[in-house]
Amino acid sequence: MKKDLVIIGGGPAGMAAAVAAYEAGIKDILILERDNALGGILRQCIHNGFGLHRFGEELTGPEYAYRYEKMVNELGIPYMLDTMVIEVSADKVVTAMNRENGIFSIQAGAVILAMGCRERPKGALNIAGARPAGIFTAGTAQKFVNMKGYMPGREVVILGSGDIGLIMARRMTLEGAKVKAVCELMPYSGGLARNIEQCLNDFNIPLHLSHTVVNIHGRERLEGVTIARVDENRRPIKESEEYIPCDTLLLSCGLIPENELTKGAGIALDRVTGGASVNGERETEIEGIFACGNVLHVHDLVDYVSEESAIAGKAAARYILGNSNKEISITLCTDGRVRYTVPQRLTEVADTSVYFRVADVYRDAKIVVRDGDRVIISKKKQRLAPAEMEKVELTKDVIASLSGGELSFSIEI
Amino acid sequence: MFDFAVIGAGVVGGMVARELTKYTDSVCIIEKKGDVAMGATRANSAIVHAGFDAAEGSMKAKMNVRGSEMMEEICSLLGVKYKKNGSLVVGFNDEDEHTLVELCERGKNNGVKGVRVIHRDEILTLEPNIGDGVCVALYAPTGAIVCPYELCMASVGNAMDNGASLKLNFEVKNIEIIDGGYRIITDGDAVEARYVINCAGLYSDDIAKMVGDGSFKISPRRGEYMLLDREVGGHISHTVFRCPSKMGKGVLVSPTVDGNLLVGPTAENIEDKEDTTTTAAGLAKVRALSSEQVRGIDFSKVITSFTGLRAAGDTGDFIITMPRDRFINLAGIESPGLSSAPAIAEHVISLLIDAGYEAKARDDFNGTRRPMHFFSSLSVEEKNELIKQRPEYAHVICRCETVTEGEILDAIRTNPRPTDVDGVKRRTRASMGRCQGGFCTPYIIDLLASEMGVDYTEVTKFGGDSYINFGKTK
Amino acid sequence: MAKERLLTCIVCPRGCQMKVLLSDEGAPISVEGNFCKRGVTYANDECTNPKRTVTSTVRCKSGAVVSVKTDTTIPKGMMFEVMAEINGVIAPDEVSIGDIVIANVCGTGANVVATSNTK
Repeated sequence: MKKDLVIIGGGPAGMAAAVAAYEAGIKDILILERDNALGGILRQCIHNGFGLHRFGEELTGPEYAYRYEKMVNELGIPYMLDTMVIEVSADKVVTAMNRENGIFSIQAGAVILAMGCRERPKGALNIAGARPAGIFTAGTAQKFVNMKGYMPGREVVILGSGDIGLIMARRMTLEGAKVKAVCELMPYSGGLARNIEQCLNDFNIPLHLSHTVVNIHGRERLEGVTIARVDENRRPIKESEEYIPCDTLLLSCGLIPENELTKGAGIALDRVTGGASVNGERETEIEGIFACGNVLHVHDLVDYVSEESAIAGKAAARYILGNSNKEISITLCTDGRVRYTVPQRLTEVADTSVYFRVADVYRDAKIVVRDGDRVIISKKKQRLAPAEMEKVELTKDVIASLSGGELSFSIEI
Repeated sequence: MFDFAVIGAGVVGGMVARELTKYTDSVCIIEKKGDVAMGATRANSAIVHAGFDAAEGSMKAKMNVRGSEMMEEICSLLGVKYKKNGSLVVGFNDEDEHTLVELCERGKNNGVKGVRVIHRDEILTLEPNIGDGVCVALYAPTGAIVCPYELCMASVGNAMDNGASLKLNFEVKNIEIIDGGYRIITDGDAVEARYVINCAGLYSDDIAKMVGDGSFKISPRRGEYMLLDREVGGHISHTVFRCPSKMGKGVLVSPTVDGNLLVGPTAENIEDKEDTTTTAAGLAKVRALSSEQVRGIDFSKVITSFTGLRAAGDTGDFIITMPRDRFINLAGIESPGLSSAPAIAEHVISLLIDAGYEAKARDDFNGTRRPMHFFSSLSVEEKNELIKQRPEYAHVICRCETVTEGEILDAIRTNPRPTDVDGVKRRTRASMGRCQGGFCTPYIIDLLASEMGVDYTEVTKFGGDSYINFGKTK
Repeated sequence: MAKERLLTCIVCPRGCQMKVLLSDEGAPISVEGNFCKRGVTYANDECTNPKRTVTSTVRCKSGAVVSVKTDTTIPKGMMFEVMAEINGVIAPDEVSIGDIVIANVCGTGANVVATSNTK
């Protein structure tokens, strides 16, 4: 089989990329989705708060996904469901399998990686204690409650204040569970301020910053956890230990881009983002293989996933049509306060939005972009936080005026 | 009345039961937990020791060397993954070198093949990531790795294929001596057998007491481990032990047959036979010690940590005794118990024959079994042929380890059948990867519930009260 | 003496930190820290009659669940009342996005509508 464009993943990223590529003139597209419906993880995110940027109205996850599913269907973009991609090669051969076709290969003109991300599991956190049932990532609990209609817990402690954990604190509460506490290792929340307000404060759920779970109790089902305050080096303080009886521990300790296929294709990953390193076109180090959405870097809002994926879709179309924007030899570098940038490299001609996240909470700070010693952008911010993605716009004129070499991104206080 | 009752479905019980079915199909395996391989077999170092450790002349030495020789063939018959990766016992100073030379001599006397002492240059050619302070090592090319619970499941399964029965959730409460045999009693059920083989691991002393044998005591010895992502499984290729010294025994760093990296264990004598908790201190110790033996272990790639309990006897050797007619204890089978299991099973037959059992080989015994992970080893053409007949082989449930619905259904339908999520995990590796079941657990529950004909909420993580969901949302 | 109240705006993901000046009677006098006008509306509502959107699921005849939301905000204090009504209804097996599952839930004027399609 041959296809101009193969898109791996039919979530918000894959669908937005497909629509953009189609609109840019590429009709021979195939989306490969492992689940039994398009929409990806949005299908289980039944809360509202999506789409304000993209559609100018507040939608729930499934509604947002459906907007794109409708576009895909109306444009007649083909997709295969229940189809697992098992390999992507550097020369753009995509090997997948499903019930109807068994194992099959597609030679693609271009590939867009849009596999999304997964949650950091308990094992990776290495919490001491027992290993009873009742410990789930927040997303797994979300699947049980929202998709399957089952309650995985009655008395809940949540470790990590990522958005999915906060959202699940509210969901479990509304469904009748008692959420006793949310513990966050860092001195600031990992989730959006609005979610602290509407998911925790609305229900008087305490958020313990600089706290972690140090012990897990219970042989068969979880019976309780011991939490403790941590010092400035994130080491638990013995004297502050407190036992909380609970039958469920939800983990919301970060998301990891799911890049097994990317690595398999020989594409090295950025150590900070966990995704591929890309240029302004969202093109990886292999020509014609693009990446967008949470597989590239974890986004705070799906609206930005759509925005980024449209960039990748258009760029893939240009690549297939033989008129790619050329990469220029300017590297984006960061000062540590800015943890990373996406893209990591620039492309000529195009206006480029540079997304990044910061390492800590900064108040009354400035985002400063320098071309060598020359300040080209300086933007005041009341508050910058790791949970929120930031963005600066580089117009094509600015890019054209760059002296070459390094473009540095920093936070100045 | 059965000919044999085997109490305990760990790797020793499984191997013994399989060996017995070579002679009779009248074998009943009794297990108190909801699945096989739930004790020491579930969580240990997964090593087939070469055999230089145990004191010359001990049962441990004899069984280890013989078991280690038998292991490769048995694994191949049972379709169990086995790899002769060789082992290194590393030393850091002259004193260690002295110990290693002695260990080498002991190994030779025990009959271990190819064992020799090597120095840093040669060690580096075998293991470029060996610890900076390592200057000497005992190299044993016959050291190997195997998956202990896979071996146990396969041997129990093979015994069942040859007619053995398995009774799960059967906690032995008492044993009565009856005419011509024993009556093994649990709440609401009983099994009668002419012979009893006590393979009850940590509880083998309690079982022996039920027939009046209080001659030994079993104590749990806790060992904490960390398992790392397959991404770093190739960090070393040999099993790297530390030379025993005044400072203790150290830990091991080893690849596993599934391609992960395993580090541990600690060794701590405790009282509670069910205490499989991990501790921050224990895991920190594993980390510190292993880093001396092997450099550059990336602990950010830990996917899980766990504790195993060894069933340590009080005699210093395996306790293989016949305290009463037709009652055999196989107790205190601590390290090198896994390595010894095939030899112990063989030894049981000779004990039985000595005691008058008429062992007549069956001509319908089939000692082979299809590998549990056969799908991944097929060619693309073979896979597609299978998918045509059974499309569920193309439906990936566990994306981290690429386990399909077909493989999970096969596992659920194959002896010994799993009844919980962890049982499926041990058989198929589904949810054993880097996401640790985050995505696939809800689907595995679906498959288990529908295959077993139970409600979604009745499916547990590992039996008992390990419920996953409490009920419907509304 | 006027009182101050600090609020986090929940209208959009920006989450503006706002300072509301309240009269002795508790009526909002002024709002600071908001990025857009919606913040003022939110702050006024939050100080007088706080409102929320409720999202949940409804059980279908088949036993499956379908996701739902209130199509406008409802009084914050009525969230659990609304949940009780949501938990009490059974939706048909075939619903589409926007279908009304409960009209005028708890007399709030808001409808509970489906937010996904069942097939």
